[in-house]
Amino acid sequence: MKREVVVIGGGPAGLAAAISAKRAGARDVLIVERDKRLGGILNQCIHDGFGLHRFKEALSGPEYAKRFIERLDAEGVEYMLDTMVTKLGRDKTLELSSAKGLKRIEAKAVVLAMGCRERTQGAIMLPGTRPSGIYTAGQAQNLINLQNIMVGKRAVVLGSGDIGLIMARRLLLEGCEVVGVYEILPYPSGLPRNIQQCLLDYGIPLHLSTTVVEVHGERRLTGVSVAKVDPNRRPLPNTTSFIPCDTLLLSVGLIPENELSREAGVEIEPMTGGPLVDDTLMTSLEGIFACGNVLQVHDLVDHVSEESELAGLFGARFSEGELRPLGEYTSIRPGPGIRYCLPQRVSRERDFFLSLRVKEPMRDKKIVLLDENRKRLIQKSFPRLHPAVMVRLKVMVEKIAKAKGLEVRVE
Amino acid sequence: MDQGTRYDVLIIGAGVVGNAIARELSKYKLKIGVLEKELDVGMGTSSRNSGVIHSGIHYKPGTLRAKLNVLGNSMFERLCRELKVKMSYIGKLTVAQEDSEIKSLYELKEQGEANGVPGLQILKRDEMEKLQPGVGGILALYSPSTGIVCPYTFTIRLAESAFRNGVSFWLGKKVVAIEKRFDTFLVKTQDGETFTSRVLINSAGLYSDQICRLLGIEEYKIYPCRGEYLILDKRLGHHLKTLVYPAPHHGKAGLGIHLTKTVDGNILIGPSNEYVNSPEEYATTREIMEVLLKEGKELLPDLETSDVIRSFCGLRAKQTPPEVGGFRDFVIEHRKEIKGFINLLGIESPGLTSAPAIALTVKDLLEEVLTLEEREDFLSELPGFTGYFSELSYEEKMDLISKEKDYGQIVCRCEGITKKEVIDAIQNPLGVKTLSSLRYRARVMMGRCQGGFCLPRIVEILTKEFGFRPEDFLLHREGSYLFTGNVR
Ligand SMILES: Cc1cc2nc3c(=O)[nH]c(=O)nc-3n(C[C@H](O)[C@H](O)[C@H](O)COP(=O)(O)OP(=O)(O)OC[C@H]3O[C@@H](n4cnc5c(N)ncnc54)[C@H](O)[C@@H]3O)c2cc1C
Repeated sequence: MKREVVVIGGGPAGLAAAISAKRAGARDVLIVERDKRLGGILNQCIHDGFGLHRFKEALSGPEYAKRFIERLDAEGVEYMLDTMVTKLGRDKTLELSSAKGLKRIEAKAVVLAMGCRERTQGAIMLPGTRPSGIYTAGQAQNLINLQNIMVGKRAVVLGSGDIGLIMARRLLLEGCEVVGVYEILPYPSGLPRNIQQCLLDYGIPLHLSTTVVEVHGERRLTGVSVAKVDPNRRPLPNTTSFIPCDTLLLSVGLIPENELSREAGVEIEPMTGGPLVDDTLMTSLEGIFACGNVLQVHDLVDHVSEESELAGLFGARFSEGELRPLGEYTSIRPGPGIRYCLPQRVSRERDFFLSLRVKEPMRDKKIVLLDENRKRLIQKSFPRLHPAVMVRLKVMVEKIAKAKGLEVRVE
Repeated sequence: MDQGTRYDVLIIGAGVVGNAIARELSKYKLKIGVLEKELDVGMGTSSRNSGVIHSGIHYKPGTLRAKLNVLGNSMFERLCRELKVKMSYIGKLTVAQEDSEIKSLYELKEQGEANGVPGLQILKRDEMEKLQPGVGGILALYSPSTGIVCPYTFTIRLAESAFRNGVSFWLGKKVVAIEKRFDTFLVKTQDGETFTSRVLINSAGLYSDQICRLLGIEEYKIYPCRGEYLILDKRLGHHLKTLVYPAPHHGKAGLGIHLTKTVDGNILIGPSNEYVNSPEEYATTREIMEVLLKEGKELLPDLETSDVIRSFCGLRAKQTPPEVGGFRDFVIEHRKEIKGFINLLGIESPGLTSAPAIALTVKDLLEEVLTLEEREDFLSELPGFTGYFSELSYEEKMDLISKEKDYGQIVCRCEGITKKEVIDAIQNPLGVKTLSSLRYRARVMMGRCQGGFCLPRIVEILTKEFGFRPEDFLLHREGSYLFTGNVR
């Protein structure tokens, strides 16, 4: 089987990429989705707040997805559900598995849109026993919202990621006592608006510079020990206290799901956990593009859609032979105050969006793009910068046309 | 007393030792029952170890450990073939880092040869490098017969094979009292039931001293000694071509923290060595996890903290208190003063490797009490294929999916486990219905996302296709409920 553009994943990223590829003129575009429906993680996000930027409306996750799925159908994009891509080759061949059997597809361009997974108890090396009652926030969200199953009666939330904040509120609304949210960092990792709307508005305490140091219980969770941490995130002696609870929700970070990409040979950037990309969102492998949470963990779906439309567009151009193969690049380095920036390299042939996150919360600062001679090409002031809030800057090609090396920094 | 509870042989404890005995004895015309306190077999030490099929170089000639290790090792290949369990003789290098350690390599070689370990060789740097690129050290002892196996798969399959040959498994039955009346043992379990038998076998692992005490035998005491591990992402698995252990430091117990490859391609860092107070102290600790990670990073330079999938620990059934340390030989005895009581105690490492040979020893002891008659209808083979669907070839997969479409549906994305494999695990012959039973049988919830993705899907399958209510879900033990009910 042959297709012009194959999009792996039918969540918000895959949907936007596929629609845009089709509109850009790719003859046949195919989405492969392992779930039984399109929409990805949006399906279990029944709270509102999606689409504020894009549609100027506060939609629920499924409503946001529906708008894209309707357009997808209108454009005539083909999709396969309950189908998993089990292998991706650097030559853009894919191996698929479904109840109908195995299938091989040759694609002219591939868009990676597999999303991310949640960091687990093991990955944060949480010491203690292995009782039941420990869930990642996303697992609990699926069970409660999609399967009508309640996970516990008295919960502690470890980590202040957005899903954790949303689930703290959700548990409370469903009659579960929520003892508090505990965050190892001195600032929350979720969006300020979620801190307000999910915790403060409901009186759920947020404890910063505090973490769970041990899990107790041999059968069901009986409680957790929490302790304050020093600036190096090491627990401080004599600050440990025991909190009885039957449920621990983990919201301790998301990891882009790049196993397929890695096996194919796509170069992965350690800071983002996603592929290294250029200004067309092409990875280190020609004709393989990446967007959405598989590329970088986003905080707003609106940005995911915007980014993915570009990946879809360039995927289509590549499949038509209109995008020149990888050539010479100018690299963009994260400078002082910047945790990461993306794309990591640009062609200087087109405008692009620069996405970045700062290292820590700051006030009244500028984000500056410099060339190799420290010349300021772009600068923008921000009253507030926060690691939880991704910054996206549009960079016009004229501004960087002559640069040989670029650096972003906070000043 | 009803017929269902009267046996020729009762075995207490369904670890690898109890199950190997059950399977060996199921070759004879005997009515056999196994009593296990947990809800599944192999929940004790047998699922919590390194999974190494040791060669037998480490033990003093003439000891039971030496003899049963070497014999057990030689039985593994055939047994794993019959039970459809993955294993591999990947070999092991015991490496000397400095001149002072060289002598111990030659001593080990000599000891191994006295024990009958095949193929031992002293290797120089270039030969070491060929077997394990990047290995440090100056000289090594190579033991080609060292292997790896998945310890819980092996333990479960032994039980399933025994079950197929008529052995009854009673799960969730903790033995709390034993009485001997004439030639019959009356074995009472926590829920008030009584089982009777002519022969009683104690293979209760960490609790074997407590079982002894129920019979008035006071001379043994087990001191649990914890070994903690970290499990690493498969991404790093290719680094280990063979196992690499440090040469023994004189006067030190344990084999030292090292890397072990699992048959599924993960790497284990561990085990540590700490005495604990109870046979239930299965908690991992921050201190040890940090040590393991640090040592791991020295052994594997590209190890990142995010490669840690999970930590776990096992408890060694030591017969010596901390102040004495070291090892004592396995106890495998027929207590003549309590005729028919066969006692196994202190089966610490290499208990997994030795299990098949221990079973043969027990069979010999049994003949002091019962006359054994072989069955003609013993089924040595388990059905199915070895390993996981994802490991089959494209053509084999196509063929299986065309017969059974659930093989095409992948439930666990990290390990590529299919819906058919999950359903087979749910319908396991022993009838275990905990989520951990699915982990151990189908390898779901075992990969890098630890069930983040597949747990909700498995819950859906159990709810929709097997009629589970939220309250029915248990993680591993009685009382380990997952859910409190419906949301509304
Ligand atoms: C850290 C570590 C690493 C090891 N590595 C290796 C290795 O690499 N290679 C190797 O060969 N060996 C190894 N071993 C040793 C090996 O794991 C053990 O020797 C073996 O698993 C012991 O099996 P078992 O059946 O005696 O014990 P267990 O598996 O503990 O089984 C005993 C069973 O008895 C049940 N039970 C207890 N009390 C009662 C009761 N009252 N009523 C009913 N049931 C009861 C328990 O629940 C349990 O299921 C290791 C051990 C440890 C701790």
